[in-house]
Amino acid sequence: MTSTVQTSTTTQVYRVYIKATAQAIWDAITQPEWTNRYGYTGFANYDLRPGGGYSVTANEEFKAAARAGGNDIPEVIIEGEVLEADPPHKLVTTFRMLMDPEMAAEPVTRVSHEIKELDGYCSLTVTHELDGAPKLAAIVGGSQEEYGAGGGHAWVLSDLKTLLETGSSFANG
Amino acid sequence: MTDDDDRVFKALADPTRRFLLDRLFVRDGRTLTELESELEMTRFGVMKHLRVLEDAGLVVTRRSGREKLHFLNPVPIRLIHNRWIDKYNERQVSALADLKTQLEEQS
Repeated sequence: MTSTVQTSTTTQVYRVYIKATAQAIWDAITQPEWTNRYGYTGFANYDLRPGGGYSVTANEEFKAAARAGGNDIPEVIIEGEVLEADPPHKLVTTFRMLMDPEMAAEPVTRVSHEIKELDGYCSLTVTHELDGAPKLAAIVGGSQEEYGAGGGHAWVLSDLKTLLETGSSFANG
Repeated sequence: MTDDDDRVFKALADPTRRFLLDRLFVRDGRTLTELESELEMTRFGVMKHLRVLEDAGLVVTRRSGREKLHFLNPVPIRLIHNRWIDKYNERQVSALADLKTQLEEQS
């Protein structure tokens, strides 16, 4: 089978269906009071225009947990730039993880969130292009979960669904 | 959404479909041609299995130029996991799963 075309790709794609409006999902992704309630928590800050800034700052609990584990993490744990913002349907940003110097040294990656309205619910698709960033790919792919790194995008999205559909989440459970 | 869970369990209840997910787990973003080359099955047969996986949300496709790439979407499995395994016993469960893997690798 040597003739098989290999489409080597480092992109990860995730999709979740949520019984909520596109606006509610958009708010849960872009507003700090929401982003601190699910997944890795922390306060997202988006300047929702092309070229605008994007950052996530850790909350006190997260910082304390990192310190207890011997990691002193910076105030800003993720930074990037908004490439496209079309509320409440599409958000594309660059993404650099600053929690760990080795990941911070990897090339900048790119994340897109796409929300589609369906019959009484929405689909949310997250596409993370991770060229040249194997360490970040391992974290967001969830393979480092048993070392306390969380379950990556699948974990975040399932928690987001639970929060929007039931009002409580794993992170705050 | 119970219907969704039914679709996931039905999709997983087939060795060919689990094989396809295993291949995507090893390397994501494959074309139908690549996936087909690893199975003793017609292109049409593989397409049908991929459709079932897609309907269950376990595979998400994305166009890249002229090609349609298939990605493993673990979110539905995560949701089933969350339903019965809470964060307090998650560690014990994964420790036991690790132990099983280690012991079986040795034998």
